[in-house]
Amino acid sequence: MRKVSGVADGNEKTGLKDRLTEALENLRGSQFMESVLRPGSPFKKGYSDSPRNRSYVIMNNVLYHLHPVKVKRHGVKLSYTLCLGGLSFFLFILLTITGIFLMFYYAPTADRAYADVAALSTNVAFGSLVRNMHRWGAHLMVLTVFLHMSRVFYHGAYKPPREFNWVVGVILLLLTLLLSFTGYLLPWDQLALWAVTVGTNMAGFVPVFGNQVKFALLAGAEVTAGTLLRWYVLHVLFFPFIIVIFMAVHFWRVRKDGGISGPL
Amino acid sequence: MAEIPESLLRRSAEAKAKALGVPVEQVLAEMKGEAPPAAPAPAPEPAPVKGTPAPAEAPAEPEPTPEPAAPEPAAAAAAEPEPSPVTVADPPSGGNGHSGNGAGRVAASVSARPVAPPANAPEGVRTQRLLTVVKARAIQNVKAEPTDKVNTWPHLMIAEFTALLAMTALLLIMSVVLQAPLLEPANFNATPNPSKAPWYFLGLQELLSYFDPQIAGVTVPTVIGLIGFMMIPYVDRNPSTKPSDRKFAIMLYTIFLTGSATLTIIGVLFRGQGFNFSYPWRDGIYFDDLKDWVPIGLGGGH
Repeated sequence: MRKVSGVADGNEKTGLKDRLTEALENLRGSQFMESVLRPGSPFKKGYSDSPRNRSYVIMNNVLYHLHPVKVKRHGVKLSYTLCLGGLSFFLFILLTITGIFLMFYYAPTADRAYADVAALSTNVAFGSLVRNMHRWGAHLMVLTVFLHMSRVFYHGAYKPPREFNWVVGVILLLLTLLLSFTGYLLPWDQLALWAVTVGTNMAGFVPVFGNQVKFALLAGAEVTAGTLLRWYVLHVLFFPFIIVIFMAVHFWRVRKDGGISGPL
Repeated sequence: MAEIPESLLRRSAEAKAKALGVPVEQVLAEMKGEAPPAAPAPAPEPAPVKGTPAPAEAPAEPEPTPEPAAPEPAAAAAAEPEPSPVTVADPPSGGNGHSGNGAGRVAASVSARPVAPPANAPEGVRTQRLLTVVKARAIQNVKAEPTDKVNTWPHLMIAEFTALLAMTALLLIMSVVLQAPLLEPANFNATPNPSKAPWYFLGLQELLSYFDPQIAGVTVPTVIGLIGFMMIPYVDRNPSTKPSDRKFAIMLYTIFLTGSATLTIIGVLFRGQGFNFSYPWRDGIYFDDLKDWVPIGLGGGH
């Protein structure tokens, strides 16, 4: 990689690129970077591709170590899982990031909500893009979670010892739908208001205590400004909190139940 | 080496006395008494022990000072079970070298002793005992059959990272090209016609238009949708994962899949004013999520 053009005749004149690479090399070898990077990091100075280091990359990284060090060969094939579970999780992360961005510009009150959402397209840098990402990402996540469930079913991957993880997965699907549905109301436009009205009317058909369920959901007999605040809190705090707990259990059980299921 | 605490010496002597069946005082006196450590071992001492010298003993013997007779703990531990023959031989002879030797051995055993037993262990009792019998079986259900495995790094990580990038690209392109809908501000007095739920509930809304709301609104989603789905692994007792072995299960799920997809598509595209049937190519699409990005200018009722 190093350019040797400047040092062909003597050694006093080195190019900027050489000096940059050298400075980078020095940085990588410094005590600070040594302390930042754990053993086996591919960014560490002197990293070499060995089976031992390949294991360390996974083991010594807080994000990667959700994975086992080794996986079944067939599990690597994209055609087996289509990465749907991982993509659902990734979409959840994207939605969290874009959602935090949106929270800066949104007040969940009946007189401000709509104007705030409208202002995203005009007053906020990247506001429109981030809102679109949040909305389409939410739809995509519902889709990927559902497709993930279908994939698991067709592979029979819910069979012992993975029965309980299937149950957790169904709960995760429900929570995903609830997250999407609670977010649906927040723009506070006609689409939001009436879609939620229709959706919660279905909840009113619950036998015996249907009206109570509906009342608790809507903070009233019908959608009101109080509903907006309630669904906002459910959307940005309550359901994310719950779903993270269930996701943790879900991922953990994938490992404990022996990794992803076997080939057909 | 010289400063052995009195208590330890005493305890050691008691143990030894009990083992040999001689009075404690005698053993104690013999241990600490008339054996000044400076005394050189005069004679090579042919065979004080009947053929069982401790391993550490042999090299220690030729050296004149008694110091080497206090070996490192490992050797002491090895020598420990053996003191009886030595001391049995000791009292009659009472020689200088003997007692010196004896003192060395005692020192050895004393130095090893405090480490081994717990403080409250009764004297002369072996301290290891059987606590429980554990079956040689792991806590977790490990069925380790040799499988063909590859390193997660780089093989799986590359696939995941690629999928992640592809999804990011897809989402970015969608978000640049397609504008999320934002209709007029919420108005409690103007009910749009038709009013549709979010698309993932439109299958349900479609069912609601066929069946009694008690059935379609509650029984189907909660009983079939949730409880039924959670129970699948416990109902489906067929252990095989081969598609050819589970035709019935696959058929049921496929019916569910196509059914819900059909209902959703009908709800999205084929329902117009008053939630009545309509053709999207004739009457337009009544689905506001699509409002801003369906290219065909069919613009329905809005």
